[in-house]
Amino acid sequence: MTLIRTKKRHHLSEADVTDEKLFHQRRAFMKTGVSAASMAAMASYFPTLTRASIDDFADRIAAAETTRTVDEELNSFEEITQYNNFYELGVDKSDPYRNAHLLETDPWSVEVSGECNKPGNFSIDDLLAPHNFEERIYRLRCVEAWSMVIPWTGFSFSKLLQRFEPNSNAKYVAFETLYDRSNLLPGQRTRVLQWPYREGLRMDEAMHPLTMLVTGLYGRPLPNQNGAPIRLAIPWKYGFKSIKSIVKIRFTQTEPETSWNLSQPREYGFYSNVNPNVNHPRWSQASERRIGEFFRRDTLMFNGYEEEVASLYTDMDLTRYY
Amino acid sequence: MQLASPNRSIRVTLRIALHFLCLIPALYLAWGAVTGDLGINPVETLTHFSGEWALRFLLLCLTITPLNWLLSAPWLVSYRRALGDWAFFYACFHLGVYMLFDAQFDPSYILTDVLKRPYITMGAAGFIMLLPLAITSNQWSQRVLRRNWVRLHKLIYSAAIAVCIHFIWLVKGFQIEPLVYAAILAALLFVRIAQHSRSS
Repeated sequence: MTLIRTKKRHHLSEADVTDEKLFHQRRAFMKTGVSAASMAAMASYFPTLTRASIDDFADRIAAAETTRTVDEELNSFEEITQYNNFYELGVDKSDPYRNAHLLETDPWSVEVSGECNKPGNFSIDDLLAPHNFEERIYRLRCVEAWSMVIPWTGFSFSKLLQRFEPNSNAKYVAFETLYDRSNLLPGQRTRVLQWPYREGLRMDEAMHPLTMLVTGLYGRPLPNQNGAPIRLAIPWKYGFKSIKSIVKIRFTQTEPETSWNLSQPREYGFYSNVNPNVNHPRWSQASERRIGEFFRRDTLMFNGYEEEVASLYTDMDLTRYY
Repeated sequence: MQLASPNRSIRVTLRIALHFLCLIPALYLAWGAVTGDLGINPVETLTHFSGEWALRFLLLCLTITPLNWLLSAPWLVSYRRALGDWAFFYACFHLGVYMLFDAQFDPSYILTDVLKRPYITMGAAGFIMLLPLAITSNQWSQRVLRRNWVRLHKLIYSAAIAVCIHFIWLVKGFQIEPLVYAAILAALLFVRIAQHSRSS
């Protein structure tokens, strides 16, 4: 039996992460360069050190500067990590937190294929090492009409995609979540959805500067229940579009199949942009409950990102392409 | 098989115990509310928990009659009303949470929900069918309505079906839990149909 236990990412409690108020002050401290310089010195002692998991990126995630905020209160670390929709780990909101340890993220590799000049298999180190991490505070709006405000760490997804040199046939990007037939996650043993979980974006959506590849949360490596080691955050779309624990990226010429659309095409369209004016058969999309609040608030067009993304959809009938 | 009626004091004790047991889910929620321990989304916890207990008590209520047939224990039937009343209590709780925190008593919000969202249509239908049953859940109504009381209370079958559909239509994807309740209800209804065709 182990006598000394180190806490895993997903077992962190609120006390283990920096208090939200100190959180931003700490950034200022990191920027002064004292600790950054000492870290650089450390790194020079271990020139051959390779980073195999996102835990090895912890320092860089912690040092990421905040480049985008919203004028709203952040949801707590506890709220963001203990109330999740991640059906691979169970359908109840608390299941992903409870089952997080079942998701094996080390080692991790991503298969890139399809209409691009540089396909291949990439390790976490290959994928993340060349990029500068930044922190962005985004709203997240679930199709079930609840929402949160979350400090993600990562970078614009376009920067990663460009490295694979998509060709002119690449009109869409398709994604898949981990689906290891020899080690199925609890939800993958049920037929709640067709596995593996699939998502997709139009190329211009994927390349939009707001579309973010996420590796961290609250200045920490991403906890498993939030989609470790890498996931997307597409803040103007319903949460299920922001695929978690990505293992496949494929550039395609035609619109890819997506899991929720396969399950219930009338309810979940390919685009699934947050839109208070388009009726959903089950949930009123006109309003939402911010986690931490009791009463509902109005839902904003494109989740409040209208100015930045509306131009992607000019000439499109959003009631048809919902 | 026959389960003989226990004496009166035991029956009274059982009745009190039953009411207390039925109160436990509500006490659990009240305790959670007082200690601030209703989970990350307290409104959702209140809604789901009360709704699920309303359905459970409804199904328990429908278990009494077949149990009487099985055990020849007509004294059990005297507990049926309590279970029905408690099902209605949790249904009111469930609806109340929706009215207060979701609809905020806005008639147009409620109307849109009832008309446009099939699962809410079903839930509303279930509640409306339970309403006259709860109102006439007393001996006075039973005396006044006579045979019509029995006819009226057959509504519980339709109400239970509506509530099961309400749950099935609520969940996303293919989920087992609401189907388990629907299967229990189907079994309870099947037993009645079988008994009815045998006796006629």
